Amino acid sequence: MSGWDKFVDTFFNAKVMWKYLPDILSGMVVTIELALLIVITGLAAGLALALLRSLAIRPLNWLIIFVVDLFRSLPPLVIIVLMYFGLPYAGPAPSGFVSTWLSLAFVLMAFSEEIFWAGITSIPKGQWEASRSTGLSFGQTLFNVVLPQAFRLTIPPLTNRTISITKGTALGTVVAVTEILGQASSAMSNSYNPSPLMMGAAAYVVLFLPVVIAARWIETKFAWKR
Amino acid sequence: MTHSIVDARAIHKHFGTLHVLKGVDLKVAERELVFVIGPSGSGKSTLLRCLNRLEEPSSGSILVDGIDMLDARTDINHARRRIGMVFQSFNLYPHMTALGNVTLALRKVAGKGRSEAEALGRAALERVGLADRAGHTPGQLSGGQQQRVAIARSIALEPRVMLFDEPTSALDPELVGSVLEVMRGLRESGMTMIVVSHEMGFARNAADRVVFMDDGLIVEQGPPASIFENPTHERTRAFIGQIQRH
Repeated sequence: MSGWDKFVDTFFNAKVMWKYLPDILSGMVVTIELALLIVITGLAAGLALALLRSLAIRPLNWLIIFVVDLFRSLPPLVIIVLMYFGLPYAGPAPSGFVSTWLSLAFVLMAFSEEIFWAGITSIPKGQWEASRSTGLSFGQTLFNVVLPQAFRLTIPPLTNRTISITKGTALGTVVAVTEILGQASSAMSNSYNPSPLMMGAAAYVVLFLPVVIAARWIETKFAWKR
Repeated sequence: MTHSIVDARAIHKHFGTLHVLKGVDLKVAERELVFVIGPSGSGKSTLLRCLNRLEEPSSGSILVDGIDMLDARTDINHARRRIGMVFQSFNLYPHMTALGNVTLALRKVAGKGRSEAEALGRAALERVGLADRAGHTPGQLSGGQQQRVAIARSIALEPRVMLFDEPTSALDPELVGSVLEVMRGLRESGMTMIVVSHEMGFARNAADRVVFMDDGLIVEQGPPASIFENPTHERTRAFIGQIQRH
């Protein structure tokens, strides 16, 4: 066997790949479910916190800033482990799936709150004043004038952050979530061959490349003519 | 003169330790054009912004068209609809077309349906000579055109009084004329206007009254001819002298 053949046999073994393809595919389904839940709940919660913060209620804002800074500084893996192994001592015992989902949603909430907030505060004061001077209320100004402009500014950092946190679904392996990486590594140990890992990598590319391309498309679509 | 549209009394405004307005009284009659001049930092813009409560006065009373602006029971959003404001930096909404800018408050505040709002919006753009720019975004318009859209945004709501806060200061000289032209048209249609501006030529031939402010107080006021030709107060004389040297 030549070196090349050995390489292919080790990393791209067709027999092994064929055998574990269904596992990887089911892992993809779990990853997609997790990712969608994280993105939807994380971004919604982040936007909600940013809107609450714009009301400028001091004690509430301190609380928001504390929570956001906490979740931005903790490694996601630590949050997942604490929720899965630690929370049961306090009562609720979330599954590995739920632990991973909630942990990463909290992290995305924290980061997206900061991004939404930065977007809202970057809108010049004159925009608020013009709108309020024509009789629009605080809420009407926020939703009709400020947020549409803020969203456009937040799309690039938001898509970056969303993608990187969503890839964190791979951390679910430590709490026995059967997502792509979990399936791939158990297939790897069962087959004594790293080919399933290559499939896992390919699965991530298949999942996330369209997301990256879609993000780029959204960025150009929402950039308005200056 | 008929009854006053704006009746502000003893307006004080503090910014922290800074005493910006030190008891200003300003009455403006219906259809009157009042020009407010004075050195920078004299409180002209702050006074204007207090009238529609973009700034909260520290004390005093303000009646606009009979509505007590400082009464907690006053619906401030409803009251503001009747007070147009034009800003130095235009402050158009960059994500909307000219027509979108003009119709937003018509739909959200005045409660007009889309088609009625658009008809009123187009009529307002027509009045500022920009009917053909309805579909353009602010970024596609010159500064002068942007300011005229901003004026259209205000007049579409049929305000009882218009406040102009240095409307031409951010414009290139060759674009100033078109904005002043629109303001002259408004004046001729009988709009009550309070204008903070350095356009002394416009003040001279369009204003009914010129108010000179310095250091948070109204120092002197009167018809343009008397303020510009025969100022009685030393500080007014110094200010008029300075601006006329340019």
